[in-house]
Amino acid sequence: MSAQDSLAPDTPVENPAPTGPDYREILYNGIWKNNPALVQLLGLCPLLAVTSTVVNAIGLGLATTVVLLGSNMVVSLIRNYVSEAVRLPAFVMIIASFTTCIELIMQAYTYELYQILGIFIPLIVTNCAILGRADAFASRNPLLPSIADGLYMGAGFTIVLMLLGGMRELIGQGTLFSDMHLLFGDMATSWKLTIFSDYPNVLFAILPPGAFIGLGLLIAIKNYYDEKEKKRIAAEQAGQEKVSRRVRVTD
Amino acid sequence: MALLRITSPHTHRAGQRTSWVMQMVILATVPGLLVQTWLFGYGTLINLVIAGITALLSEALILKLRNRPIGFFLKDYSALLTAVLLALALPPTVPWWLTVTAVAFSVIFAKQVYGGLGNNPFNPAMVGYAICLVSFPVPMTQWIGASDLIQAGATPSFGDSLAAIFGTLPTVDSYTMATPLDAFKHKEGLMSSEAFASVPGLQDANLSSWMFVNLAYLVGGLALIALRIITWHTPVAMLASLALISGLFYIIDPSNAASPVFHLTSGAAMLGAFFIATDPVSSCTSNRGKLVYGAGIGILVYVIRTWGGYPDGVAFGVLLMNFAAPLIDYYTQPRAYGHKKAKKGLTIGGEK
Repeated sequence: MSAQDSLAPDTPVENPAPTGPDYREILYNGIWKNNPALVQLLGLCPLLAVTSTVVNAIGLGLATTVVLLGSNMVVSLIRNYVSEAVRLPAFVMIIASFTTCIELIMQAYTYELYQILGIFIPLIVTNCAILGRADAFASRNPLLPSIADGLYMGAGFTIVLMLLGGMRELIGQGTLFSDMHLLFGDMATSWKLTIFSDYPNVLFAILPPGAFIGLGLLIAIKNYYDEKEKKRIAAEQAGQEKVSRRVRVTD
Repeated sequence: MALLRITSPHTHRAGQRTSWVMQMVILATVPGLLVQTWLFGYGTLINLVIAGITALLSEALILKLRNRPIGFFLKDYSALLTAVLLALALPPTVPWWLTVTAVAFSVIFAKQVYGGLGNNPFNPAMVGYAICLVSFPVPMTQWIGASDLIQAGATPSFGDSLAAIFGTLPTVDSYTMATPLDAFKHKEGLMSSEAFASVPGLQDANLSSWMFVNLAYLVGGLALIALRIITWHTPVAMLASLALISGLFYIIDPSNAASPVFHLTSGAAMLGAFFIATDPVSSCTSNRGKLVYGAGIGILVYVIRTWGGYPDGVAFGVLLMNFAAPLIDYYTQPRAYGHKKAKKGLTIGGEK
């Protein structure tokens, strides 16, 4: 029994034709259907802690994406050589190495942001979303789909971080994209949008409770759209059934 | 068959429905409202109008989103009661958007998100108050002072109150001063006797105006007990524990602590004891539980007032004890007639 057989329940058995992995499915899973932050609710610690501004959110989102991409890639490469018993320690070592790399890179190039994000950069190691993807996807799939999965899951995570960061920055300080030069250099100094001038800072949105409520609202909005889509599909199918039945009757 | 929608209790005291209870509680705040208006100007009344409109609008909006009958739930006066309590608790000079934020947050996030009246684990009005206290500490701790002590020399006129609320009054500082609790908290190394002699916020005029406010709420609260809308357990336990603990520290260290009378007649002590802690939804249900719950609030109020970061602790005390209410109820459940006393707590090694 090879490792690949035992670890590949995701491979659809019904169509063994070598059509290749469905990249659109992976994209849809990462951004929407299985979004790490909104559906799996993984990695909430950094999600809630650092999303007080857009720039913090983008910084941590990009760092997480890079780590996720790297760990998925390496885990996928070694998936046939690591036994099941020791796979988790191996995955954690790989993730920790990539996190150390990204931490050193951020320290070198975006020092101020590195100081603002502080402990949450090393804590990327403990982000369950990364270990979850390594175990659930990368250890069962070839290299290219794993890279795609890492990229899209990271993108999904980053998008939610940015939305939450934007929401909290807007409500908390009345601005958007302030301090973007910390990440994108001097040209980004002018990106700051002051939406409300003379705005009283709403401390509550910047503090952690604001993050919890913001995330709850985002999840509610996502579920609302999912419900609507489900209803639309159900209505469509009901309509089709009616039509086909009528056809049969007239026959 | 006509199915009348009537909220519980269905049999107990027929006719005295939720809306009647809520209306009576609102009426019982009238003495306090009048005294507050008389001493601190029309700001409270203006806040009341803003808060009432916001509460009804946000309640209607969420009920519509939740596909619930709007008119039926608006008529139970619970949203209006939340608005009234918040308007009484907020300083008379707060900007209008702060009142709107507090009330909308109370109704939408503290009440409707949990499923509406009867399902909220926390007192909605106090959630809104706490959110605003955390977010906007400056406007939330500015109170109108007694008219003899403040620079302006009189309570603000209707026009000035309106202008303060809509942010067009530059001289708002001449009306405001620290509340007794705030002043006592920041006495900066003075002994109690020195502070009461010298700090403006602790002068007799200011102390007595807060005493009148608290006495007015006491009258309203006693009326509620007489009407049997609330039981005596929660307010008595809260006030007694506040008096006991402040008395204890006053005996130990009279040069730094304030007297029990000071603690009972300043801040939101009476409003909290009779109108906020007694919220039937978020407080304990059994009578023994209410005693524990009230005593907990009293102790927390003293702890927050004395060692906490905020001058008054009623909102946080009530919210913290709301957390504990289900646990207290679990341990104070009365024995049902004909049954043995239920075993409570963890049993080591499974059943029996």
